[in-house]
Amino acid sequence: MAGTSYDVIIVGSGPGGYVTAIRAAQLGLKTAIVEREHLGGICLNWGCIPTKALLRSAEILDHANHAKSYGLTLEGKMTADVKDVVARSRGVSARLNGGVGYLMKKNKIDVIWGEAKLTKPGEIVVVKSSKPAVQPQNPVPKGVLGEGTYAAKHIIVATGARPRALPGIEPDGKLIWTYFEAMKPDVMPKSMVVMGSGAIGIEFASFYVSMGVDVTVVELMSQVMPVEDEEISKIARKALEKRGMKIITEAKVSKVDKAANSITAHVETKDGKVQQITADRLISAVGVQGNIENLGLEALGVKTDRGCVVIDGYGNTNVPGVYAIGDVSGPPMLAHKAEHEGVVCIEKIAGLPNVHAMDKSKIPGCTYCNPQVASVGLTEAKAKAEGRDIRVGRYSFNANGKAIALGEDNGMIKTIFDKKTGELIGAHMVGAEVTELIQGFVVAMNLETTEEELMHTIFPHPTLSEMMKESVLDAYGKVLNA
Amino acid sequence: MPINITMPALSPTMEEGNLAKWLVKEGDTVSAGDVIAEIETDKATMEVEAVDEGKVGKIVVPEGTNGVKVNELIAVLLEDGEDASAIGSAPAAPAAPESASAPAAEAPVAAAPASAAPAGPAPKAADGNRIFSSPLARRLAQQGGLELTAISGSGPHGRIVKRDVEAAIASGTGKAAAAPAADAPKAAASAMPSGPSSDQVLKLFEDGSYDLVPHDGMRKTIAKRLQESKQTIPHFYVSVDCELDALLALRAQLNGAAPKDGDGKPVYKLSVNDMTIKALALALRDVPDANVSWTDENMVKHKHADVGVAVSIPGGLITPIIRSAELKPLSVISNEMKDMGARAKAKKLKPEEYQGGTTAVSNMGMMGVKDFSAVVNPPHATILAVGAGEKRPVVKDDALAIATVMTVTLSTDHRCVDGALGAELLAAFKGYIQNPMSMLV
Repeated sequence: MAGTSYDVIIVGSGPGGYVTAIRAAQLGLKTAIVEREHLGGICLNWGCIPTKALLRSAEILDHANHAKSYGLTLEGKMTADVKDVVARSRGVSARLNGGVGYLMKKNKIDVIWGEAKLTKPGEIVVVKSSKPAVQPQNPVPKGVLGEGTYAAKHIIVATGARPRALPGIEPDGKLIWTYFEAMKPDVMPKSMVVMGSGAIGIEFASFYVSMGVDVTVVELMSQVMPVEDEEISKIARKALEKRGMKIITEAKVSKVDKAANSITAHVETKDGKVQQITADRLISAVGVQGNIENLGLEALGVKTDRGCVVIDGYGNTNVPGVYAIGDVSGPPMLAHKAEHEGVVCIEKIAGLPNVHAMDKSKIPGCTYCNPQVASVGLTEAKAKAEGRDIRVGRYSFNANGKAIALGEDNGMIKTIFDKKTGELIGAHMVGAEVTELIQGFVVAMNLETTEEELMHTIFPHPTLSEMMKESVLDAYGKVLNA
Repeated sequence: MPINITMPALSPTMEEGNLAKWLVKEGDTVSAGDVIAEIETDKATMEVEAVDEGKVGKIVVPEGTNGVKVNELIAVLLEDGEDASAIGSAPAAPAAPESASAPAAEAPVAAAPASAAPAGPAPKAADGNRIFSSPLARRLAQQGGLELTAISGSGPHGRIVKRDVEAAIASGTGKAAAAPAADAPKAAASAMPSGPSSDQVLKLFEDGSYDLVPHDGMRKTIAKRLQESKQTIPHFYVSVDCELDALLALRAQLNGAAPKDGDGKPVYKLSVNDMTIKALALALRDVPDANVSWTDENMVKHKHADVGVAVSIPGGLITPIIRSAELKPLSVISNEMKDMGARAKAKKLKPEEYQGGTTAVSNMGMMGVKDFSAVVNPPHATILAVGAGEKRPVVKDDALAIATVMTVTLSTDHRCVDGALGAELLAAFKGYIQNPMSMLV
């Protein structure tokens, strides 16, 4: 296709890719984006967003089941209609998927439909996708460009990641699920084994527990949500177990036997003992891996490491003109990391002044199980491992007025300061709505506040956020309401 | 863990530099102290040494790259046993300001109080403008004994953030006591109306009737500092004629008597300029109230006369400094000048050799200039512009006579050196020039 030449082509329209495209267009660059399946990528079609919709249904059901404790009587029994719960979740995705299409059009970004291959520096060839689309698929947007050869000065690989599979326990879409199937059950299983307790595993486990499913979580590490602070993880585990979730840590699923409509997982604990758990379904949530295949990266000599493209702080690969951002360029594999990485990358390409390399020390993480978990910065263990002299503050939900009024008095906010400088180096939370609270500390960290400014900040009463201040005060022995 | 090598800050005012040359290539093994690169700053070309040992895993910024910001990643060093695939695991941010060191990086004197002291209110620049800085940066600067006025900010809108203070600590810049008043006008200058825009200027000329040469670091520094000087320093000028005949005779006598070294070369060869430096230094010793620098709070009264000497070099000029010139014999001054003049032309001066000073000499006599006035270069309070020594008619004992005469003009910062004081300094200078034997005792 002669004449189709861009300043920048972005391969993949997930949250990293489409945000980068918009920023590129804002900077006056002629921009195109390639997508083979769904605008918005996994995040808003099969990840972050639709799971939040499912978990909202679960939350309302949980509240209803506790109506009595709020002095409310529900006539009859509240039940979940699985088809309607899934349909609502798909509707939420469809709305946002359409929204991305609108944003591309509004910013005059060409959408090229198909699968891209980097053929030589500055050129991609787009062919029909070799991957069958996950169903139900949102409609292909109108006015997209098709197969052909496209040239661009800069090519940004933003192809994301997909579920990792363990050998012998490969997902089959029927009995062994990945998040794709777990997000759209036809009928509610009665029992389930969830392999892996990272954000994805524990969120599905929490959802299905709310839906009345008998859920057993198997985690290889010694705690659920292994990246989180140990103390926070313990509180979360206790609360999840209280809700009926079974959790086995320091254990692995060594083998899965399949029957007609059930599986039997062989769960091997650290002491070598094996127990067999039979359940209707197994969710494999043992992490994700970068989509680096069939892109022509090998032929161009783009360096990869453990399934991810190797980049510097600005998204540069070792090959000039080829960049990578988001999940495909390495952990943490989070949508907001991808967005920021993309913006840094494109602003650097555009030659803006004062573009700073990605700082991975201040990326927050949120998990939407019940109770929620949120964190930013170093855990207590990591801070100590770095040899830091620290101060730790803690504040429990059971001493906060708003938490008690909400009937959500289980949880904790923990803060970690560098003892010498007063720098806030970590914040960790478990409890109601903490995913909306963490950002206060993320802003504080980015503005480089010390404990002093946080102590001088007035937090509104009555709110859950007051616990953030109390936690800071506690780190310096000045806690008021405890 | 791979070690990030970042663009070092080689002087307090350095914000960016040009990566002139790599002396290593990917795969080379380096040990601490090896020179790995040459960085061209606004004033000089400097060598960067490795502070860790390892293998050069990746050169991120190729040589010949201009305008590399301080703290930007320039290369990655791999430790023993690591291969290039580990590069991605190095902290991508400018997290390792210590991995490349400026010459003679000072270790910060950490106060380490048991409980961190309050960072205090946001400081103000000497001109009263607020310096934007993060609370953490203020506390780190305070604990490291650094003055924020001497640190340039890399955060949004020039805000000083943690990495800037860490870089300053690593490079030994911004020590509170050493912070020159010169940095104060920075904020004020930026608030001043600037001249016409590039477009406005270029519109006045026909397309193709000119070439555009981008400014290098030195040109930008000259423009910035001299503009600051003229905008913030109230200049006044005092001129005087000095008869040189006695000085020239003494110079010939001293040079004639210079001992020879092993190769049969004289061990010194004094110039008129060397003697001018010495005369100015002695005059400042005699009139110490004129040997000062201005800050908004204090008169900085110097105990020695450190005389900067403007040296013209291709593309600009630089001012190496003869420290404590009032104490040095002429032969020492002469040889120091020869050495620094040569290294100035090769852009090999170290920052400490051209930063600071209490006065300066600018000599255009060799170009036949009769007289001119120079721009004060802060933190100096004075600068002496020296014209050519030429035979002129003079009146001696009510009769016309011929003498070799040189006109000098002293430019003075009126904030700290008043008119009479300037005249007194110049009279003392003239005394030494016309009675040169007094310089020898």
